[in-house]
Amino acid sequence: MSYTSDEMMTVGAARTLRDGQVCFVGIGLPSRAANLARRLHAPDLCLVYESGTIDTKPEKLPLSIGDGVLAESALTVVSVPEIFNYWLQPGRIDVGFLSGAQVDRFANINTTVIGEYDEPDVRLPGSGGAPEIAASCREVIIVMRHRARAFVEQVDFVTSVGHGGGPDDRAALGLRGRGPTRVITDLGVLEPDPETAELVLTALHPGVSPEQVRAETGWELQISADLKVTMPPTDRELTTLRALESV
Amino acid sequence: MTKIVPLPEAVSALVGDGDTVALEGFTHLIPFAAGHEIIRQGRRDLTLVRLTPDLVYDQLIGAGCARKLVFSWGGNPGVGSLHRMRDALAHGWPRPLELEEHSHAGMANRYVAGASGLPFAILRGYAGTDLPQHTDSIKSVTCPFTGEELAAVSALNPDVTIVHAQRADRAGNVQMWGITGVQKEAVLAASRSLVTVEEVVDTLDPVPGAVILPHWVVTAVSVAHGGAAPSYALGYYDRNNATYQAWDKISRDRDLFTEWVEELSK
Repeated sequence: MSYTSDEMMTVGAARTLRDGQVCFVGIGLPSRAANLARRLHAPDLCLVYESGTIDTKPEKLPLSIGDGVLAESALTVVSVPEIFNYWLQPGRIDVGFLSGAQVDRFANINTTVIGEYDEPDVRLPGSGGAPEIAASCREVIIVMRHRARAFVEQVDFVTSVGHGGGPDDRAALGLRGRGPTRVITDLGVLEPDPETAELVLTALHPGVSPEQVRAETGWELQISADLKVTMPPTDRELTTLRALESV
Repeated sequence: MTKIVPLPEAVSALVGDGDTVALEGFTHLIPFAAGHEIIRQGRRDLTLVRLTPDLVYDQLIGAGCARKLVFSWGGNPGVGSLHRMRDALAHGWPRPLELEEHSHAGMANRYVAGASGLPFAILRGYAGTDLPQHTDSIKSVTCPFTGEELAAVSALNPDVTIVHAQRADRAGNVQMWGITGVQKEAVLAASRSLVTVEEVVDTLDPVPGAVILPHWVVTAVSVAHGGAAPSYALGYYDRNNATYQAWDKISRDRDLFTEWVEELSK
């Protein structure tokens, strides 16, 4: 079956989630990928949304975090203070699934402003739950489209900390989770270098060249010596994803 | 006992010019009808507080009701941006808008502190982010037991909090269920509160996971059928997504928006 680069991204992101994990999900690309994973290889993936729904099993993709399908299919619904204070903050969540308008070479995320804070070129929605998701989940996976304006040397505003300015910064800031371990895009996969924490290209999606990825990346992108090629989406992955999107 | 009063009367009595007003509802049970009544009554200089300013705050901001916005995520959920908010920030139309910006965890804890009668809350948050440079209500505090540095956020105590619930009884006890967000904390943190409800019933039959607000912490209850539309009210109606999508076009254009306000005020 033929497929789009967005479908490859969503399938690639879904594959990173393992069955039985507890996953804190944002609306949009992360929600789509997490719900796809639950219908494929991870039926016991536990989805948590910041609106307080724990272990929710929506029949269709929620329109927003307040969607009734999240509440009605949840094991339990807790308040917003509780979801952040009791469940996220102490480190009970395995994976945080985030997206953003900008990500930089140390996987810091910006969802606040493009340009200066006081006179921005573009005002973005802001933090939501992302800063604490990035701080406290055991690991973070970022899913976003790979464009030069989004993959920048340094984010205009640090909304959510990835690896700060290098490998020791998270520990120095007292952030207890490991931070971003993978960035899944529509072109390939980036992972932080174990020595420097800088994002390097570790996999290309089928048909994508390293030059293409470099052209869409705002820093001198390093390429892993062990560069892999992603397995294309299977028919089952694609039909499941399309069924999910059509409801 | 809580007074059950018509919505225009409740807004007139409880919301004054210059007040700090929180309309809460975490994308579910958003008190749209009350927000629209505030626009009709032409309130000015409000400090609007809300974790997730969405359509109703875009409307209040565009109508010139707000001086300041205290928030953590502003957007049209699942659709895009808030263009009236952007216009106010970028061009001061119809008037400038000041921001006080937090994360959801910070805002939620500020309400918890307000509801608890405490001056501030502590959390693990904001470390390494750029928000504390721009927001005075975020500081740090040293734990007296461990010496650890933690974030401190000042309490939120609105003059009035407005929420929407599924129902109330005749005494004014309020019952809401499904995603109940920060509504309990926001009501308990406020000096006054107004709850709009889908219906008033003789007896509040128990519902799993329901939040109850006893009548003695609620200043006024107003019946507003469909008062959370176009957002959701679990058990009553779903989100009207077409309205959210249509808002994108209306909110991009000052003239279309002005027509919308005039239509609302008829």
